[in-house]
Amino acid sequence: MKIKTLLGATALATLPLTGGVAFAQELPACESCADSMVLMSWGGAYQASQVAAYAEPYAALTGVTITWDEGSNEAVAKMRAASEAGNMTYDLVDVEGPDSQRACDEGLALEVDFDAVLAAGDDGSTPTDDFGTSGSIINECFVPQIVFSTTFGYRTDVAAWNGATPDSLCAVFDLETFPGMRALEGRPKKNLEWALLCDGVAKDDIYDVLSSEGGVDRALAKLDTIRDSVVWWSAGAETPQLLADGEVVIGSTYNGRLFSAIVEQNQPIGMLWDWQVFDYDGWVIPEGLDDARMNRVMHFLNFATDTQRLADQAKYISYGPARGSSQPLVSTHATLGIEMAPHMPTNPDNQKNFLVNNIEWWADNQDEVEAVFQNWLTR
Amino acid sequence: MTDHTASAAALSADGMPLKRSLNRALRRQKLRAFVLIAPLLVFVLFTFLAPIGDMLFRSVENQIVSETLPRTVKALADWDPASDAPPGEAAFRALGHDLVIAVERKTHTRLGSRLNYEASGMSSLLRSTGRDVEDIGEDVSAALGALDPAWTEAATWVDLLADPAWIAEQAAWSASGNRSGEPAFRLSDTASSALPDTAEIYGSFARITQQENDRSPTRQDPWHLVAITLVEEITATPSAAQAFQGDHALRLAAIAQADLPATDFVAAFGASNDRWATPTPWAVIAMYSAPYTPGYFLNAVDLGKTPDGIAPRPVEEQVYILLFLRTMWLSLTITGLCLLLGYPVAWLLANLPSRQANLLMILVLLPFWTSLLVRTSAWKVLLQRQGVINDVLVWIGLISDDGRLVMINNQLGTIIAMTHILLPFMILPLYSVMKTIPGTYMRAAKSLGANDWSAFWRVYFPQSVPGIAAGSILVFILAIGYYITPELMGGARGVFISNRIAYHIGTSLNWGLAAALGTILLLVVLVLYWVYDRFVGVKNVKFG
Repeated sequence: MKIKTLLGATALATLPLTGGVAFAQELPACESCADSMVLMSWGGAYQASQVAAYAEPYAALTGVTITWDEGSNEAVAKMRAASEAGNMTYDLVDVEGPDSQRACDEGLALEVDFDAVLAAGDDGSTPTDDFGTSGSIINECFVPQIVFSTTFGYRTDVAAWNGATPDSLCAVFDLETFPGMRALEGRPKKNLEWALLCDGVAKDDIYDVLSSEGGVDRALAKLDTIRDSVVWWSAGAETPQLLADGEVVIGSTYNGRLFSAIVEQNQPIGMLWDWQVFDYDGWVIPEGLDDARMNRVMHFLNFATDTQRLADQAKYISYGPARGSSQPLVSTHATLGIEMAPHMPTNPDNQKNFLVNNIEWWADNQDEVEAVFQNWLTR
Repeated sequence: MTDHTASAAALSADGMPLKRSLNRALRRQKLRAFVLIAPLLVFVLFTFLAPIGDMLFRSVENQIVSETLPRTVKALADWDPASDAPPGEAAFRALGHDLVIAVERKTHTRLGSRLNYEASGMSSLLRSTGRDVEDIGEDVSAALGALDPAWTEAATWVDLLADPAWIAEQAAWSASGNRSGEPAFRLSDTASSALPDTAEIYGSFARITQQENDRSPTRQDPWHLVAITLVEEITATPSAAQAFQGDHALRLAAIAQADLPATDFVAAFGASNDRWATPTPWAVIAMYSAPYTPGYFLNAVDLGKTPDGIAPRPVEEQVYILLFLRTMWLSLTITGLCLLLGYPVAWLLANLPSRQANLLMILVLLPFWTSLLVRTSAWKVLLQRQGVINDVLVWIGLISDDGRLVMINNQLGTIIAMTHILLPFMILPLYSVMKTIPGTYMRAAKSLGANDWSAFWRVYFPQSVPGIAAGSILVFILAIGYYITPELMGGARGVFISNRIAYHIGTSLNWGLAAALGTILLLVVLVLYWVYDRFVGVKNVKFG
């Protein structure tokens, strides 16, 4: 019910900007298209923002039935299983940048011709240029939607800290000034980079050090110093929960989840933007769709990633749109009415220190490093 | 059933020998019984046994290496993986060929992941070389183009190597304006016999261009590899040019005379990554080239193949034995705790007046009917640092606020939650056995002079053993394969082998290892069951 009313508001809010006529022009009829779609995404607040910003509007305009599968954290495994079974059950899959690389490398995802499939920017720029300005085109299969970051949140009411407030990433590794439990993702990505940064490695040298002999061990040794105080999470929703319960005092997660906990739920949590790690999230089209489904997917993709729709998404969640032309359109939160810009990871105040996930390095080394990390974790 | 032989004279009413008549009737009955269970049988076969069998088969299946690198595997057949030097030029060349095709098919990354399970570093090696391998021979293509610009046109290659009939079909298809369904490429007989190597590579190129990339070979420049092969083949046998006519014969003869340099694959691979100059990656490919491999099973017990035979893995990679032992130990602890807690409850259930017993039964069954996830989450709320138990302990002053107990995200959390969740599986079999033990036995023992303890221990307890056996085996087998509760309660060190299996299925995509671990887990359960049968006897197990 609530989503429905939100939807009405969105549709009304977008109309004055694009105009009813433009709407009709934007959405040409879809010829010989399937009349249902299965989309895979992450569930939670993020999927809700997708539903509100473009899935429901699209369904309302075309009458297409959209079914959601909340399996994106195992997207590549699921696509591989479906592909091996010769029955691709998903029409469009929402994945993180590195997973798109993996799916693309394995031939599980289709290459997309940006300029032929996607809508031009509202400012007249070609899709390639428009997405290119945010640096989000990372491979030929990936149609980016948002820029998000992984960063830390901390409790603002920890008595044992004696009034100290974490203002640098290395507070995470400082058990003396900031005692208490931490929450970190049970995967090597980002954790290793952060550990090295706090072990005195310069930003530009991180991946050189990780590639060198003993580099990964050095990062793990740094993590060993706090290991007994770490709760390992696997889903992004865990950290806000752990912080809200007071189970951990500081923890990493996606910035949008922290935004919800801080702004929407008024939890006593502070945001530590220092050395946030940027990443992209977007769609990939799985290999093995028949023509009708493919036509439908292309039609939807064109609509769902246009300038206005991506800007709309930022009303519901504090992730930056992946199109350059969407940035100026980012406005206020759909229900709270606050300005969203200061909560965006890309806001200049928030990105004094930041890392961009090195997708190529991780694509090459993921298998090796992941195995080492999991073994370290188990022992 | 018909073992006492009927005499020849024994006939049934319709004049048939009795035995035959009886057999027929029995057969009909059996058939009817079979038809009745057939739906279930088919259901179990297709939805349970077949998928499990298929999954378990992955633990030995290894076709990916020989399918992705067929030439390399052949070239390495005579090479000794234990040698100190990399193999000869032929192997480099074969790998160059295989990799170009694999990169086009996007199978080299999967192969890299596969080989990386055996030797760390193979994934990044194959990925980085995969990016470079398509550029090998760029100079040859350029030299060919310089010799005769016709070689830079896709049409020249098609005309030289394709079946004339196919060229005609393709032209007709092209003129018809169709956008899909281009006739499948066919090689010309002339090219296949005169230039077999070139024709084979070009055939692969044309097939992949059509099938994988949905493009027409008439519009795509062939790989540099085709140029390399052509130059080498025609330089080695200049006479092959005579098999062709007109321009082709002249062009090919020109190549033979131009004396173009041969491509150095060894140098090209070395430039891409110096690890190719060592025997290590080659040894990995050679050792894991067989279509079936014990590799996953070795991996699952912390062993690995080396050129010198089977050896333990490096210490930092040895986790599976540890995980199996941990799973066993925790499951045993949980089973023991369930027995300790469940026995008195079952005794009460069996001996209280039925009103109280029914109430107690509902208390046992209520959590049993509650969703597993709900119960696990409830334990989370109770056990966490800021949870109910810690709060109460702090409130009554037993522990200080800083000294809150850590009862979650470790083995203790797993043990507590799983003991609670599995408790009904212990209580119910115990109860059903105890219910059948007449109270008169205990009274008889006491009237014969036994005290309470010896009456219980020597009379009651032995009769409840089948219940203990049934409950314990049920709880232990359920516990050993538990996944969701350890995942949520166990942190990093309180997880079971099944969590690792799930990780390999869902995240690392190492399905072979997951299958091997699953097979071992299944075997462990079967062996335990057998041992148990030897010592306790399955006959003594009573579920009710």
